[in-house]
Amino acid sequence: MTLDLALQYLVAGLTYGAIYAVVAIGFNIVYSATGIINFAQGEFVMLGGMIAVQLSASMPLPVAVALAVVAAAAVGALVEVAFIRWLRKPTVLRMVVITIGVSILLREGALFLWGEGVRSLPYFTGDEVSSVAIGGARVSPQVFWVLGTVAVIVVLLEWFYRRTLLGWEMQACAANRDAAALCGVPVRGLVTLSFALAAAIGALAGAVVSPITYTSYAAGGPLAIKGFTVAILGGLGNSGGAVAAGLALGIVESFAVSVLPAAYKDVVTLTLLLAVLVVRPSGLFASGEAARLKEF
Amino acid sequence: MTRLVPVLALLALLPGAARAAPEPIKVGALLAVTGPAALLGAPEARTLEMRVQELNARGGVGGRTIQLVIKDTGGSPEKAVSFARQLIEEEKVFAIIGPSTSGESMAVKGIAEEGKTLLLSLAAAEAIVNPVLPHVFKVAPKDSLAVELIFQRMQRMGVTRLGLLSSNTGFGKGGKEQVEKLAPQYGLSLLVNEVYDKNATDLTAEVVKMKAAGVQALLNWSIEPAQSIVLKNARQIQLAVPLFQSHGFANVQYAKAAGSAAEGVIFPASRIVVADQLPAGNPQKPVVEAYRKAYEARYKEDVSTFGGHAWDAFGILVKAIEQVGPDRVKVRAAIEEMKGFVGTAGIFNFSPTDHNGLDIGAFELCTVRNGRFAPLGG
Repeated sequence: MTLDLALQYLVAGLTYGAIYAVVAIGFNIVYSATGIINFAQGEFVMLGGMIAVQLSASMPLPVAVALAVVAAAAVGALVEVAFIRWLRKPTVLRMVVITIGVSILLREGALFLWGEGVRSLPYFTGDEVSSVAIGGARVSPQVFWVLGTVAVIVVLLEWFYRRTLLGWEMQACAANRDAAALCGVPVRGLVTLSFALAAAIGALAGAVVSPITYTSYAAGGPLAIKGFTVAILGGLGNSGGAVAAGLALGIVESFAVSVLPAAYKDVVTLTLLLAVLVVRPSGLFASGEAARLKEF
Repeated sequence: MTRLVPVLALLALLPGAARAAPEPIKVGALLAVTGPAALLGAPEARTLEMRVQELNARGGVGGRTIQLVIKDTGGSPEKAVSFARQLIEEEKVFAIIGPSTSGESMAVKGIAEEGKTLLLSLAAAEAIVNPVLPHVFKVAPKDSLAVELIFQRMQRMGVTRLGLLSSNTGFGKGGKEQVEKLAPQYGLSLLVNEVYDKNATDLTAEVVKMKAAGVQALLNWSIEPAQSIVLKNARQIQLAVPLFQSHGFANVQYAKAAGSAAEGVIFPASRIVVADQLPAGNPQKPVVEAYRKAYEARYKEDVSTFGGHAWDAFGILVKAIEQVGPDRVKVRAAIEEMKGFVGTAGIFNFSPTDHNGLDIGAFELCTVRNGRFAPLGG
């Protein structure tokens, strides 16, 4: 393989990886606050894309994306208030069933609202055919938008969890809900906030990836499966880990295509996931000690 | 019981009861209205609803109205199978239109044959009617015809090294088999032959593999949005070879989704997608124009080949019922003998050995110019 080709496979892998990573981060936020997996995360990603496409017809792109993020955050908060807040004992199984139910509800709602057609936002820079040269390889400028979004989200989240009172309270709430409540942490409000935040980040992801991947009412599921895989690989709750795992997985998949038939791409992914789960059950970048404190 | 007798007698005197309105003819439809193949199934369902309403407003066929029972399979062969059983065993439908996709059609054709229920598939794969099953017909042109038309063009362009991408669906698989079978006859060697997942969101690595192998043309065979993605990715990495698509590309939504990346792509399509650009003498022109005007006025969206398949299937079924009356055995035989039926996909000439009835003339090589479909010509 020539150097140019290797580089081209590498940047193709970065494209996949950036998409996986940006979806995976959303899983981590709800997990960090509540210790559960939100299986409706893919639908938040879909909602962000669909709402932004809808709004972009009547307003400038940045405003449309911003409003889509706000709208999705509202949906996220509403989901928590309507379906999760009133649970006396939020066991893992109940949460799984409820979030899967919510995902179906959101998907069917989107089908009713927008129909079955495929939509996408325009490319933020350039158009469908433009690309940027990196050495001998070429890559769509949208990939840089996705990577940039990932970077900004990770830095902001890091700041939020480490430097703000709200962030500390959220971590306390995740570590031990009862103890946090005894210390005066408004536990319920924080869980609502975590859903809103996860939905907002999912929606932002949905908007920036839509020029590359397209979006439709059913787009959430497949994106969520890869995002979930990456969240586990990187260690649940660890956003930096999700980014590293996402990019690594994307690059592995891309090079796998160069030597194996492309049909085996998912076999490679799942083999990798199984191998990691056997060797490091809590993920590549998570601390095993922290994971043992969680229910799930 | 005796007290009921006068009541019954009275009822018998009512005009409605004396000559009960003839029962409607139940026609089932298995369509992928939602899911990954929704760009096929949704216009098919709309077309059928439109035609049934029109026909019933005119008094139906042979004095009986048509009752349409649409089942949304979501493009899943498993669902298609259970809905097919439901239509045949519970609803006892007269005939089934659909399924929309090849995978589903392959899964239900045996069930229709067993239940002696007419099945008019709207899907492409040749294997649906080869070998011939008495009750199974299909109105979409065979994929081998599309492959041959593409290969004839490639031969004229001097292409010998070909790269093929196909999706992991019945349609992708059917096309792949025909390409593999026919390529040697046209002096083409398949340097890359890759299958991707129908939900693929980016195919850069696959097209890089094409570039690495030095193919002279890229052919993609699928019906999903991935067809638009592959065009974008090929242009982005500047794969400077002619790009070909299957007849699955013939919904202008895919061209719109790919934007400027779709310009110049070559694909076979039935004439409906270029209806407004057909010469005046073309025998199909009145049919495709009538369909296009009715559909676009009612649904405010462009017609597609797929909706056209539903138009053809319904037209063939109604014509046969008109000819021989609503008798399952006679209608089946009438369709098998039908000649010269002018549809949107071409002119159908069925026979006991050909349950598709279309030849290579059903396709026109088309391209995308300024975001619109146009005949390629030349």
